[in-house]
Amino acid sequence: MNVLDTLTGKAKSRVWLTAALLLLGLVLLPFLVEASLGKSWVRIIDLALLYIMLALGLNIVVGYAGLLDLGYVAFYAVGAYCWALLASPQFGLNLPFWIILPAGAAIAALFGVLLGTPTLRLRGDYLAIVTLGFGEIIRIFINNLNAPINITNGPQGITLIEPMSIFGFSLGKTQDVLGLTLSSPHLYYYLFLLCVALVVFVCVRLENSRIGRAWVAIREDEMAAAAAGINTRNIKLLAFAMGATFGGLSGGLFASFQGFVSPESFNLMESIMILSMIVLGGMGNIPGVILGAILVTVIPEALRYTGDLQRVLFGQVYIDPADLRMLLFGIALVMMMLFRPAGLLPSKQRKREFAEDAA
Amino acid sequence: MSDLLRIANVTKHFGGIKALTDVSFTVRKGEIFGVIGPNGAGKTTLFNALTGLYQPDTGAIDLAGTSLYRRKPHEILKAGFARTFQNIRLFHNMTAQENVMVGRHTRTTSGVLAALLHTAHNRKEERDCEAYAQQLLNRVGIGKHTHTLAKHLSYGDQRRLEIARALASEPKLLALDEPAAGMNPNEKNALRDLMVSLRDEGLTLMLIEHDVKLVMGICDRLVVLDYGEKIAEGTPDTVRHDPKVIAAYLGGEVAA
Amino acid sequence: MDIFAQQLINGLVLGSVYALVALGYTLVYGILELINFAHGETTMMGSMIALAVIGALFGVAPDLPGIVIVLTGLLVAIPACMLLGYSIERVAYRPLRHAPRLAPLITAIGISIVLQNVAMLIWGKQYIAFPTTLLPQGRHEILGASITDVQIAILVLTVAIMAGLVILVNRTRLGRAMRATAQAPAVAQLMGVNVNAVISATFIIGSALAAIAGVMVSANYGQAHYYMGFLLGLKAFSAAVLGGIGNLAGAMLGGLLLGVIEALGAGYIGDLTGGFLGSHYQDIFAFMVLILVLTLKPSGLLGSKSVERA
Ligand SMILES: Nc1ncnc2c1ncn2[C@@H]1O[C@H](COP(=O)(O)OP(=O)(O)O)[C@@H](O)[C@H]1O
Ligand SMILES: [Mg+2]
Repeated sequence: MNVLDTLTGKAKSRVWLTAALLLLGLVLLPFLVEASLGKSWVRIIDLALLYIMLALGLNIVVGYAGLLDLGYVAFYAVGAYCWALLASPQFGLNLPFWIILPAGAAIAALFGVLLGTPTLRLRGDYLAIVTLGFGEIIRIFINNLNAPINITNGPQGITLIEPMSIFGFSLGKTQDVLGLTLSSPHLYYYLFLLCVALVVFVCVRLENSRIGRAWVAIREDEMAAAAAGINTRNIKLLAFAMGATFGGLSGGLFASFQGFVSPESFNLMESIMILSMIVLGGMGNIPGVILGAILVTVIPEALRYTGDLQRVLFGQVYIDPADLRMLLFGIALVMMMLFRPAGLLPSKQRKREFAEDAA
Repeated sequence: MSDLLRIANVTKHFGGIKALTDVSFTVRKGEIFGVIGPNGAGKTTLFNALTGLYQPDTGAIDLAGTSLYRRKPHEILKAGFARTFQNIRLFHNMTAQENVMVGRHTRTTSGVLAALLHTAHNRKEERDCEAYAQQLLNRVGIGKHTHTLAKHLSYGDQRRLEIARALASEPKLLALDEPAAGMNPNEKNALRDLMVSLRDEGLTLMLIEHDVKLVMGICDRLVVLDYGEKIAEGTPDTVRHDPKVIAAYLGGEVAA
Repeated sequence: MDIFAQQLINGLVLGSVYALVALGYTLVYGILELINFAHGETTMMGSMIALAVIGALFGVAPDLPGIVIVLTGLLVAIPACMLLGYSIERVAYRPLRHAPRLAPLITAIGISIVLQNVAMLIWGKQYIAFPTTLLPQGRHEILGASITDVQIAILVLTVAIMAGLVILVNRTRLGRAMRATAQAPAVAQLMGVNVNAVISATFIIGSALAAIAGVMVSANYGQAHYYMGFLLGLKAFSAAVLGGIGNLAGAMLGGLLLGVIEALGAGYIGDLTGGFLGSHYQDIFAFMVLILVLTLKPSGLLGSKSVERA
């Protein structure tokens, strides 16, 4: 069922042209952003890419399998601390990325199964609160494991984390590539873009597979899914593990990118933000989730400019934009949900229906 | 004919409600076996207890020599016992074809890695699964609704889709819980033809049905439940004239 | 001083607050099957509004008896929170009653963020002190532990409120309508129950309880903060789930139990783990107990066990 097969030659070349333009746009994006909005925005789009990975990971658990997980950030934290501990002066280690990233992902997946196992019998909101508790427990441990033995360095967090270095090529400093001088955020942009492409690929493949169908079946009706032959316990654990794997990977990337991690970055609000990305964008729908992740990352940043707006409108700044932006973001979240309860880009199924009606 | 399903002393109580008490009977290979009884008699509970959705309190359940007692639903399905639901339980936001493909879960094997790598085996399996699903959709008479979401199908078509989903697991025994409910006479006739042709191909069917004409006309044998207990068993003719059955139905209905 | 008795008292006081907030969650959940995520923020607003009124009144009339000033603050905070709860339901939940299940969760989160930030803009980021000198300062010895007048007041008030709520739900017309709506909204509607009014009433009652709890907690700890509603709400919701969400007695039991477990846990964790874990792990108790109970009894302590119908 390849979509391309069904298209005529002309339409096919149009698809390729669009794809090529999109790719070109993505490659040029950091330069365009830097030129138009400034250097800090390159970092912001880097973060947006990280959040896309996280949101797509959570989407497997919530969007496909329908398991409301409010502690997702715990896996992000596990991956981040894994990197932070294995590549920083904390223990004097500096292991290469090809060890740390898989290790972080594997440990996160293990935590996913650990969390999943006792919660399998729970439904809906009960699951939500237990996962939330799990996330908080992990955070509290990270926050306090600086005594009696100092492992995580407590609330101060871990600093001087080694940047990503790919076989000697460090992404942590400005590098000359093909005659272009690229700063660290630019370098990370291309790495993250590649990772996002990989994650999207994995999600698309899974979505249209036997496993993906089993997840959705469980979401739709767990009992009917069991009666249709699905081992609901294993398939749910698989969803937790897959989601956690993405969380762990993103966490490792985050630590290397940021150079600093602290428990503050992994609080419940973070989990909630990631959840709001997928609900806002359109649960279970990859383009929707991507859109949601971008909006939820970018809107609060864009709202920092309300200071300028105030100056233009009132001649002076009445409210510190840093204080105002979360308020406006909250309002935006409510408004968007009220106007698009199924998300901005709801699932693909509807499109199929239209195609059929037309036929 | 040999025995396919043997159940003995199956009991299921919900607190004070004795939904099933000591129910025993045998279903023979290749027959259509009816389960009838007034509302609340325990028919659906029987199906649930047999297919692992409820844990029976006690009893023995045996399908072609394998014990199904207190096994998980997916194990029971894999052993060859599929069922449909009285209150249609489809995957509403999946297409008709996908619903049936889910039903093939136990007869397919692709895991995460195969899906990611699109191995030759995986691609073939997916293609075969799609084709198999389409064939079943054609078979139950909704072949033109391949890509329609289950929730957008008409009531009768949803019932047929449930049958297709159950058939996808290639069962030995198919249990249908009021499949004709809400169908018009034409749909009922098509359903009857489908059941008969399935039986003629060697499938064994269990059928809960309130339409007495349909059930008496199609079943080889049946049991009658009342208040969770078996009150009669036998061919339609013997059951029809059983005084206990007539009493349970207050005389009128079964004679029709 | 007897540590056990002391922590038990502290736990019961804390648990009273959890229980009152948990009741708000459970009332709403029982009727709408919705986690009113903004409920913790309603509690925080109760604290903040009361403190603002208390501060202002003390400024203009410092000679008034302290207890009058504090009660005035409470009596302003209660209707203010009732109005807030009513508005939250109208704005963020009612339009989404038939939307996908997670949609109202996200609007609830949005409302929480809005309330937190409004509070921060109005009252600032720093902790606000409760003028505890306005309250009776008595301290009493029982069972080798000490209990303050404020703590006694909290316990007594909580018991009285719970009794009142039980009577309201079981003996009044409104209570009957609430129970009917919780059981089967469509049927209740057919039987002439104004379901929308019942839902509004539920939010209003829950918010009143939250306001009282908010004032209690800030009086007990002597401070309030724009972010206090978050963890408080989280724990209270845990308490409601622990007791069996949707069940009034469960919320009360869950709240008290959680408070006591937390206090005892904080008091003894050092001894229990040979000094490895300190009292800063207090917050994990709530969640550990929650996970444990739900794993063993998925419907909560008093939740009715029901086999899902197939
Ligand atoms: N999950 C359950 N919990 C409690 N009682 C149940 C449950 N399922 C069925 N029952 C009760 O068992 C009895 C038999 O129901 P059922 O098997 O659905 O009857 P039938 O299908 O013959 O109409 C009824 O009294 C019903 O209320
Ligand atoms: Mg039935």
